[in-house]
Amino acid sequence: MKLTLPWLKEHLDTKADVESVAKKLTDLGLEVEGITDPGAALAGFQVAEIVEVARHPQADRLSALKVRTADGVLSVVCGAQNVRQGLRSILARPGHVVPATGVTLTKAEIRGVPSEGMMCSWRELGLGEDHEGIIDLAGEPEVGTPAVAALGIEGPVIELKVTPERADCFGVNGIARDLAAAGVGRLKSRDFSPVAPGTDAVTRTRLAFAPGNEGACPLFVTRTIKGVRNGPSPDWLQRRLTAIGLRPISALVDITNYLTFDLSRPLHVFDRNKLQGDLVLREAQGGETLAGLDGRTHTLSAGMTVICDDSGVVSLAGVVGGESTSCDEGTTDVVLEVALFDPLRTAETGRRLGIDSDARARFERGIDPELVLPGTEFATRLILELCGGRAGPVEIAGKVPETRGRLTFHTAQIERLAGITVEREEMEAGLEALGFGVDGGPDLYEITIPSWRHDVSTEACIVEEVARLHGYDHIPPVSVPRMAAVSAQVLTPEQRRRSDVRRLAAARGLMEAVTWSFMPEGLAVRFGAAQPIRLQNPIHADLSALRPSILPNLLAAVRRNVDRGFRGGGLFEVGPRFIAAEPGRQAWNCAGLRFGELRQRNWLEPVRNVDVFDIKADVLALLTAAGAKIDTAQISTDAPDWFHPGRSGRVRLGPQVLASFGEIHPAVLAELGIELPVMAFEFDLDSLPKPRARAGRGKGALQASPFPAVERDFAFLVEEGVTVDAILKAIRQAEKQLVREVSVFDVYRGQGVEPGKKSVAVAVRLQAHDRTLTEQAIETASQRIVASVTKATGASLRG
Amino acid sequence: MTLDVGSLRDQALAAIDAAADLRALDEVRVSYLGKKGAVTGLLKQLGGMDPDSRKEAGRRINELKDRLEAALGERKAGLQAAALEARLQAERIDVTLPAREEQVGRIHPVSQVTDEIIAIFADMGFAVAEGPDVEDDFHNFEALNLPKEHPARQMHDTFYLEAEQNGAPLLLRTHTSPVQIRTMLAGKPPFRIIAPGRTYRVDSDMTHTPMFHQVEGLLIDRRTHMGHLKGCLIDFVRSYFESDRIPVRFRPSYFPFTEPSAEMDIGCKRSQGELVVGEGSDWLEILGCGMVHPKVLRAVNLDPDEWQGFAFGMGIDRVAMLKYGIPDLRTFFEADLRWLKHYGFMPLDVPTLAGGLSR
Repeated sequence: MKLTLPWLKEHLDTKADVESVAKKLTDLGLEVEGITDPGAALAGFQVAEIVEVARHPQADRLSALKVRTADGVLSVVCGAQNVRQGLRSILARPGHVVPATGVTLTKAEIRGVPSEGMMCSWRELGLGEDHEGIIDLAGEPEVGTPAVAALGIEGPVIELKVTPERADCFGVNGIARDLAAAGVGRLKSRDFSPVAPGTDAVTRTRLAFAPGNEGACPLFVTRTIKGVRNGPSPDWLQRRLTAIGLRPISALVDITNYLTFDLSRPLHVFDRNKLQGDLVLREAQGGETLAGLDGRTHTLSAGMTVICDDSGVVSLAGVVGGESTSCDEGTTDVVLEVALFDPLRTAETGRRLGIDSDARARFERGIDPELVLPGTEFATRLILELCGGRAGPVEIAGKVPETRGRLTFHTAQIERLAGITVEREEMEAGLEALGFGVDGGPDLYEITIPSWRHDVSTEACIVEEVARLHGYDHIPPVSVPRMAAVSAQVLTPEQRRRSDVRRLAAARGLMEAVTWSFMPEGLAVRFGAAQPIRLQNPIHADLSALRPSILPNLLAAVRRNVDRGFRGGGLFEVGPRFIAAEPGRQAWNCAGLRFGELRQRNWLEPVRNVDVFDIKADVLALLTAAGAKIDTAQISTDAPDWFHPGRSGRVRLGPQVLASFGEIHPAVLAELGIELPVMAFEFDLDSLPKPRARAGRGKGALQASPFPAVERDFAFLVEEGVTVDAILKAIRQAEKQLVREVSVFDVYRGQGVEPGKKSVAVAVRLQAHDRTLTEQAIETASQRIVASVTKATGASLRG
Repeated sequence: MTLDVGSLRDQALAAIDAAADLRALDEVRVSYLGKKGAVTGLLKQLGGMDPDSRKEAGRRINELKDRLEAALGERKAGLQAAALEARLQAERIDVTLPAREEQVGRIHPVSQVTDEIIAIFADMGFAVAEGPDVEDDFHNFEALNLPKEHPARQMHDTFYLEAEQNGAPLLLRTHTSPVQIRTMLAGKPPFRIIAPGRTYRVDSDMTHTPMFHQVEGLLIDRRTHMGHLKGCLIDFVRSYFESDRIPVRFRPSYFPFTEPSAEMDIGCKRSQGELVVGEGSDWLEILGCGMVHPKVLRAVNLDPDEWQGFAFGMGIDRVAMLKYGIPDLRTFFEADLRWLKHYGFMPLDVPTLAGGLSR
């Protein structure tokens, strides 16, 4: 919403300047987004009269002028050709900055003749392209008149962000009312007195809605005006509309636009001679069309509110008028339409047809039903004033709906909700100035809501009105009372472990990413969504489905980073993945990957690509950080099919899957255009065993054996298909009491090992709790270990 | 019999001195003090002496032995020191060579700032609540006093799923406010929660992305009023921006789910394309807030005459951008390794009030 300060002052008797008005508007909740003042650059520029013209003695093309100003006669050198005695123009003096050039004027001597100022052209003042000569002011404005006044510059333009519920502030009058209530001035009213008919010309109108649909247009007022001349509107009106960004068209059109912004009272004017028969308001039938004033032809849906004549639809109620019955320079007779249209239907129609008109913006927010008739009078008066003609009687179809709500207001609510006490006089005066009826008091009021305030319905609304007039600045801040002397833990164990996992992943060298919750539908299917969760209205085809896995988004990021020149790196994300189209069917997931070279080329060791065991270390560390008991976990080889089938696995606790990890399937990488190997993992944090609540915080006694440990190495020859895990398990089971640690230090194939077999070299650390192991005991344990491994895997000891 | 102890000593000492390394030294030791050594040989001669001579000779031989042992020890220490010195010289390496590379990841600014916000509100007694990203109409709109016709509900703002639930539309939450509703429906007042999370709007330009992050705040009890709302948020902003002097302003505004409603601005300065928060004469909006609307309280079965309080909603990405000078929202979600390294946080920088929110 834009308005100008002079325009505002037609509704508000005030001496306040634009800054203090702007400050107050923002304090009232009418946020000022910007102030522009085309006249500000002309401060000090004033009207001066040429009293003498002489040729410059040294230059043919220059004149030496004597110029009369408010402070006496000055000498001015001027290059314009239109100088003459008696011409009044705008003079800039030394110290002034010429708007078009940014040059600061100084007292100068031009080829020996002193010049104490500059007579300006329109272009030099930044007010147009005219540079034919200096401004030639008509109407002999008094010498010394400020340029802004003499040139009719509209004044500062204020742009407001009006919140959608304040329908009344889409008109200058509503804004003025708020300011008056806040003490910035006195509210003035337009002349709404009835205009006596000068003719009995009428245009018959009829509301023809299906039963139950009368709410589409409860009130439709028309007035027929004959004998108008529709030329350009006067300067003041053109200036005003231009200032707020509207293009002046003709007097009649400009008047409708003017009232739209002046009173938030959109109107329409039909050329009566283009209408065929009566005006009928009804629901549109599907498929009807209207060539609109917006230059587009609209195909209407059934139920939209339309105004028709015998030719069909001539206007789309509250949204846009029709081209076929619009006014032009030849218009002589008009029908003025001032109506009340249903906000919801107006909004729906505008939205479906994609029409964002100033009329729609106001009707859909709700206009003042009690302003229909006064608005008709004011519009009639303006038309007669600017276009001449004789107005017919006011014709009313429907009636003014009763909209003045009432509510009971307890004064105590102000202190209860706003934390302030406001004097009774201040409260009553403020509400009354806003148009509220205030009866009763002091503790209990009967409040009548003004017809233009559709947003007020509860006591809390009244509190807001009182508080914003009083000023939010005057509400004293109070810190919230503490719940306890020492603040308690607030994170749940699940929230805490998400944070732990994040920070550990970063500590292990992975960069935390935050990627979209969306992804291309095809990828969602490839990554496990049997039924992808599709969006109705995705912003892009690549963001059309909710992600069933975070990995595809991280892989897309790998691709982008490779394109940026990275040869290796790691990423992870902790966030939601989506399981089904239902609130709550989502899981907190942690996914991570490493791609390409594990480290940069360096002098210490050869470069190698990341491998499955790098990522396995990551996932086990993160699971441990998340509280999973990894010691007892198993690894199975049934990871989802976006992993390489032979280079991936799952971490399990019995039947429960904790995580998947491995190399990303080469076919998936190829599809995504990634040419480096990628190792990845993913796990749902929620499905890990819940962190268990413990009674105490004690860690239990340390059980460290004081007796020496011994280490024995074994090399087992096994079939290629035997998993190392099976060997390790057999070792642990063989001597549960003595085996402390088992580590694999070599897996060998090749010379000395027959094809199809491998040699797995294992170091086993043995230690007893209660004694030093004798050679005999160690030997027995070793034999048991070998026997157990042999039995479980068919292994033989390598000689 | 005379013992030529003197010349043996001189001879031995000369040999010890001449030993070039530990092995040669040990040979010298053996040749004098070993089982067949010269000194040992002298001792063997004692048996044939008379008691007096034997006593005298024994004393001298033992003196000699002590002397030689001392010399041997001294020489050994010298040789050892020299050997160590030689080894150290031989083992010299160029320690200016680069260290073994270690990779340290980073925490994303959204996570870090969320942790900062949690740390501050936790101290004020707010728990962290969560809700689903996929929402229904009731929780995202209806219970929040957003009537069916509210512009925010139209297609141009809200992502809708193709799937429906019992014939009702499903959508991606447009704000974190539905967590208010779920929290109040699930529990009993009083409530003090914040709810950080992902939110979605059909929007994409320099300052808007289809997904962004919000944190919701809700405090419901029997006495909390707008003064508390202001106090709480001023306390928050000063703590978060780590400045006690940061100018703040509350302006009346409009949200369907609060009444009265306000927007909070903080003071800032814009110069040469840079935004400096906390000083200057410009204002920057950072959040919307207000007293929870009586209709919202009724929607969650609370009596608005008994229960009252405030709610607020703030953009996490936005306050992250402001605090850490990150210029473009879109870059948050691109997972550019260079960006993450530059704007991300070290894993051990866990924000706490005791240790400071940021470094």
